[in-house]
Amino acid sequence: MALLLKNAHVIDPQAGLDGIMDIVVRDGVVVETGTALSIPKGEIRDLTGKIVIPGLVDMHVHLREPGFEQKEDIASGTRAAAHGGFTAVCCMPNTDPVIDDANGVEFINRRASQVGRCRVYVAGACSKGLGGDTLAEMGDMAAHGAVAFTDDGRGIQDAGMMRRVMDYAHMFGKVILSHCQDESLVGEGQVNEGVASTRLGMLGWPAEGEELQIDRDIALCRLTGTPLHIQHISTRRGLDSVRAAKREGLPVTCEVTPHHLFLNEDAIGSDYRTSLKVNPPLRTQDDNDALLAGIIDGTVDCLVTDHAPHADWEKDQEFELAPFGMVGLETSLGLVLTQLVDTGLIEYGKLVELMSVAPRRILGLDPVSIVPGSVADLTVIDPETSWTVTAKDFCSKGSNSGFVGAQLKGRATDTYVGGYATMQDGALVE
Amino acid sequence: MAFAHKHLIDIAEYSADDIMQILETAVIFKEVNERKIKKLPTLKGLTVVNMFNEPSTRTRSSFELAEKRLSCDSLNFGGSSSSTVKGESLVDTIETLSSYKIDLVVVRDKHAGVPEKLTHHTNAGIIDAGDGKHQHPTQALLDLFSIWQSKGTLDGLHVGIVGDIGHSRVCGSLIPALKIMGCEVTVIAPATLLPARPDILGADHVTSNLDEALPELDVVYMLRIQRERLEGAPYPSLREYNMFFGLTREREHLMRPDAIICHPGPINRGVELDSYMADHPQRSVILDQVYAGICTRMAVLYWLLGGSEHGLTA
Repeated sequence: MALLLKNAHVIDPQAGLDGIMDIVVRDGVVVETGTALSIPKGEIRDLTGKIVIPGLVDMHVHLREPGFEQKEDIASGTRAAAHGGFTAVCCMPNTDPVIDDANGVEFINRRASQVGRCRVYVAGACSKGLGGDTLAEMGDMAAHGAVAFTDDGRGIQDAGMMRRVMDYAHMFGKVILSHCQDESLVGEGQVNEGVASTRLGMLGWPAEGEELQIDRDIALCRLTGTPLHIQHISTRRGLDSVRAAKREGLPVTCEVTPHHLFLNEDAIGSDYRTSLKVNPPLRTQDDNDALLAGIIDGTVDCLVTDHAPHADWEKDQEFELAPFGMVGLETSLGLVLTQLVDTGLIEYGKLVELMSVAPRRILGLDPVSIVPGSVADLTVIDPETSWTVTAKDFCSKGSNSGFVGAQLKGRATDTYVGGYATMQDGALVE
Repeated sequence: MAFAHKHLIDIAEYSADDIMQILETAVIFKEVNERKIKKLPTLKGLTVVNMFNEPSTRTRSSFELAEKRLSCDSLNFGGSSSSTVKGESLVDTIETLSSYKIDLVVVRDKHAGVPEKLTHHTNAGIIDAGDGKHQHPTQALLDLFSIWQSKGTLDGLHVGIVGDIGHSRVCGSLIPALKIMGCEVTVIAPATLLPARPDILGADHVTSNLDEALPELDVVYMLRIQRERLEGAPYPSLREYNMFFGLTREREHLMRPDAIICHPGPINRGVELDSYMADHPQRSVILDQVYAGICTRMAVLYWLLGGSEHGLTA
């Protein structure tokens, strides 16, 4: 099966590409790039006016299966990914049961191969049942394809246990994805401690509850040498710690979500909108500014969504009872294009680094590039189309987005995974 | 003059004129409450639901009495009979109640933001009778009424609020309300009982030194301290709390001669107040506050349920 993509604006900083060209894909692999290419038979697509980049990867999503299929499942979550222009996701292990052994990893891999609409990489749990006290069988999980380990959603409270996790993971060469939340400081915190917690009369989730564990984990990274990736970083001082660790030469990386970048506590009004209840909480304008500066100076390695779908009835509760999290797969690219690229804050090449190249590098995956020999995972972007975020258009089961109603410019129109279209002209390929 | 509001949820949405309109109306209802026959036909035919999803004694009983004395039909919903304990969602509960064609809901809930949420699911007016640690606006109004009746004015008074500011829905409404009425507000508490940003509520001064603050105050508003288990408690013992933050007879010499004492109740005698101060014949307005609860809530019900100036003079 051959595919010829014609007249696309190809942008791939890994290959030094930034110009109009044609791409020939055969058997899932890019076989030729250049101008005025042709194929004897196969599908030919004219992508004039479109931008083609190496396929997007979201290394922090919750697919919810097994156990929470009312929120999302592997079919719906990967459809949402394809719809958002993603060719691969890494799913978190806080399902029911927790993905803390090889059976769990195998289950996800099998379901993804049956019903998935993008590549699915599995992050296994560090501790059994996310209990934070007993090592999970990381070696067996790694042998079955787990790409990273994390107790995302809760974090490991005990420093000695975190050290044990990092020491043990070291022999498998896997990165530890750290959810930084000191439970003794955060308690039942609902929103950022400060203006929001006072104004709304709810318990505060202080920035220090995140920063303390970032500092702790950087120290443990120094001690163990195990690669450390700080998840959904949300505060200025937390980012400063990562910046200093990188300067020191430690193997520390970090990610930021669109909601921590583009929203802050001021968005939570007297209507207590539960789609804005996320963990860590929306912080302040000053933190937004710091995260943006971190993107521009390279301290932030990648953008992720922390896609966290919930059923409508779960979110339509009292704020203090509603679960944390918002969906993100179907708005992430549009937000970045609108707020960062179209405004001139970053170039397309930087977007490719943040959303495609860096996540693969952090997870130890093979690079995907638009050069002969590379797997043909591609995202096609229409940079000019204007659209409004509408929950009913989501392929995700969750509609808990804090960006519903946002006016965006630019979105993915086509997504190719191994040369096969999962989305074409904005519609999922069934 | 009609009233500008359908709900009483966020006291900060009320102007000084709105608040004075309620307080002046409460004076009229106070006079009614002095009569042998305390009932007016004013709100006959209107239906109020008292939705108390959390235990309450004085707020609930004063709302019930206020409703009875204005002749509206009321339905008490909540406690152990509440469908929320059967797993029904808040949204389903309010939509069910709303189907009864009700006019007003008085809601108490342990979760912040519930009164506002109800407005999206019913056409009835909503009175916040306390939501989590957020607001308790009728408490603030009855406090203003008591202070105003006692001092003759509100503008320019210096009010000190002592105790658990950080977990107090009373403060969430009282501090903004005092600011709206032109008062100066000092909050006095151990740092473990302060909110992250008292200035956001409107506090002008923040201190942990009661003795230094007392000589400046026209009104000393003592908050109830939660008697908690000591593990994780924000103070080492009730004894030590009383040493630093209790308004005791020994501290009276620090008070202005005309300074008054308020407390939202129920009192922990020997903790935030001793009996001498709680029962002080010249200074304590604590029982006046309880009485003000009925008069003020009658005034709030009257205006939110479509009362008019004409109805008061007729």
